[in-house]
Order: sequence, then structure tokens, then C-alpha cells
Amino acid sequence: MDKDIDKLYKEIKKGNENKIAKAISMVEDGTKNALKLMEKVYKNVEPSYMVGISGPPGSGKSTLTQRIVQLWRKDDIKVGIIAIDPTSHFSGGALLGDRIRMNEIATDHGVFIRSMATRGSMGGLNSSIYDTVLLFSLAGYDYIIIETVGVGQNEIDIVKLADTTIFVTVPEAGDEIQAYKAGLMEVGDIFVVNKSDRPNSQQMVLTIEQLVSFKEGKDIWKPPVLSTNALRNEGVKDINKWINKHHTYLKDNNLLQKSRKNVIKAQMINLMEKTLNEKYIKPVLKDKKFEKYIDLIYEKKEDPYTVIKKLLLS
Amino acid sequence: MEKKIKVLIAKPGLDGHDRGAKVIARGLKEAGMEVVYTGLRQTPEQIVRSAVQEDVDVIGLSILSGAHTYLFPEIMKRLKDANRDDIAVIAGGIIPEDDHTELKELGIKAVFQPGTPISDIVDFIKNEVN
Repeated sequence: MDKDIDKLYKEIKKGNENKIAKAISMVEDGTKNALKLMEKVYKNVEPSYMVGISGPPGSGKSTLTQRIVQLWRKDDIKVGIIAIDPTSHFSGGALLGDRIRMNEIATDHGVFIRSMATRGSMGGLNSSIYDTVLLFSLAGYDYIIIETVGVGQNEIDIVKLADTTIFVTVPEAGDEIQAYKAGLMEVGDIFVVNKSDRPNSQQMVLTIEQLVSFKEGKDIWKPPVLSTNALRNEGVKDINKWINKHHTYLKDNNLLQKSRKNVIKAQMINLMEKTLNEKYIKPVLKDKKFEKYIDLIYEKKEDPYTVIKKLLLS
Repeated sequence: MEKKIKVLIAKPGLDGHDRGAKVIARGLKEAGMEVVYTGLRQTPEQIVRSAVQEDVDVIGLSILSGAHTYLFPEIMKRLKDANRDDIAVIAGGIIPEDDHTELKELGIKAVFQPGTPISDIVDFIKNEVN
């Protein structure tokens, strides 16, 4: 068995696409072999540079991803892309449609695109995403792009993961009050107002610039606000320039190390929650007593706090 | 976590009719599957590469252009070359019954005609994968 894991590890390292794809599925499904493989991966692999792309649905994340990758490919940089779309809370299924906007790079042998469903994680990032980052890194991909689900406010897990986070928005995304609200706007290292041909695009750039200008202090990263048109491939070189600048900034200020430790911490919390859920919460949900307690609480004979004590803490 | 069925819905060749493909994609999603949809006008190379990278269990080819006897053999050949001929391939769209035998001989597991209830396709896939 362990011989098989060694063989799989070596094949991934060689860049064998079938094996990389299989390994990602194993991680997603949480198989026993996946744990054995990841044990070895965590102890041997340094993660490649991670770029997160976040923003509301339809803002152009996938199209921009394709454009950035096309630029990198001119320098023969190999790229792994993780494109995340939401799992339906009702059916458990998912429609993964990010590839539609990435057809121009779909057959490039220096690019590996993997679509992923969130599978129930709330922040849009589940533990298999960082594991996939490591698998891509092992396979020799120089840069990893993580494209999040079209997020709303407050889903900021991506910041804990990526080294550089790009927040993409569009001119129609709302007035300045929307932007002032806490949440995602605070988390971008680079802001992009896409679809620059639309009305009010410059106004949106100004709004975000004002917001960002509140960040003060020596050695503090001041996020740039860029204007792009991904379809027409305008402004993409600027994004690349700023990714490099941010990378240099992190290195010069010894922040890369700190950010990588934060990733491990976030992954630990993620995995602990998953483990507790599997071990303690799921069995309770399957227990017939659980439904009875729901009835009792409904009938006002019990309260949730006491019931939880009885179910989990006794 | 339990194993999810993953399906690639692809439209090979120069054929702009994607309503059927989108209905199937939605139907399979509602049935709890993870569905990758790659959009219109895919080459056999794109389809097979996507199937490999996504590690799908099933490929559903939707075609209404009449080019199935030309495009499907190329897709099946490329799947074999990629060592992934274990992936089940099914087809749908406008495919004359006269061609069904030829396609089955190629290794296509099923050809669904217009009007097929989505639940039939769901059942077929579930059976095929398990």
C-alpha cells in the first residue's frame, strides 16, 4: 500500500496529469490513501506562490485569470488553477462553469485547470483547496491561482490562504456606502475595476482609492486600484506588475513567512472542525434521539443549551 | 466525505445549440452531481484534456450538427491515448438511430434521444458509476 503511495508521489512530481487529477479527487473525497499521500506532501513540499482572485459573481474573475495566465505563459511560467464554484445546499450538486471563460488556455500543457465545488464550506474555501495547492506545487507549477466563488460580503477565507489577493469588481457594484461596509473591500492587496468600458468606471476607481487611502503607516502595503477590460485584454500587464511588486514587498518585509504560517493555522482549524464534525456532530444527527429533542424543544419542554450538554458534553 | 459523481458536459464541434446541454447540466446538478460545463465549440483535444484534469466519471457529449460520426471517434481515440478510456461516455442531441450501432461499437455507452426524461439519464449514470 505504502509503495503505491510512493509511486503516486513520484508520478505527481513528474507532472503526470492523470495522477495529479486522481490525487486531487482522493483529497476531495478524503480517502485513507489521501491522508497517507498528504502526510508525505506536507513534509516535503514548499508551496508555490499563491494568487487569490475574488469578487462578486460575473465581475470577470475567470476571464482575468485566463489573461494573467496567458501573460505568464509567455515567460514559460507553469500555472495551476483552482476554480471554485458553490455546492448547492439543497441537492449537494454543483455546476462548475469557470472553464467556459478559460478555453484559450485549456490545451496549454503548462496549465492545469481544476474546477472544484465548495462542498459545504461556508467561506468558499475548504481544506482540500490548500491540499490541492500543495499537489500542484509538487507537480512543478510555479504559480497557483485560486479563483473563489462569486463572494458577497464577509467571506474572507481567501485572504488567509493566498499570498497576493486580487479583488475584482465592476462599475455597477454599488455606491461608496457599499464599499465602506466592512468585509471584502478590506482584504484586497490589489483592486481591479473590470469592464472599464462601462459607465462610471472611473468613479468606482476613485471610490475604492479613497477607501484604500485610509491605510496609513510606514512599511504598510497600499493597494493599487487598477482599471481593466479583461475581454479586450487591456490593463492586464499592470496587474502582473503589481503582483510582482506585492511579492517583493512580502519578501522584503519578511511577511511571506508569516503569511505561510497563517495558512497552516487556518488549515489546522479547518481540519479540526472537519474532524469534530465527522466524529461528534454527524453521529448525533443520525441518532433518533436528536429528532425527539427537536420535538421537545418545539413543545417547550427542553431548550437547546441543555440538550447540547446532554448530547455532546456528557 | 462521500464520493461525488463528477460529469463533464461538452459540446463538440461547430454547433451553437446549447439548450439541451444546459438542461442536462442543471438536471444532473439537481440530482447531486458535480457538473463541469465547458461551453460551446469544443475540440476533441479540449474535451479530453478537461476530462483528464477534472477526473470525471462520465462525459456527456451533446451534438446537434450531424458531425457525431466524425468527432466521436476522435474523442474516443484521444481518451484511449490519455489512458482514460475507463471514463464512461454518453451522448445526446440529434443523432439518427441508424448511427447508434456505430457509436456503441466505438464504446459510447448510451445515446439519448430528444424527449428522454432527465431521471432516465440520472439513473443510467448512477448505474454506470457504481
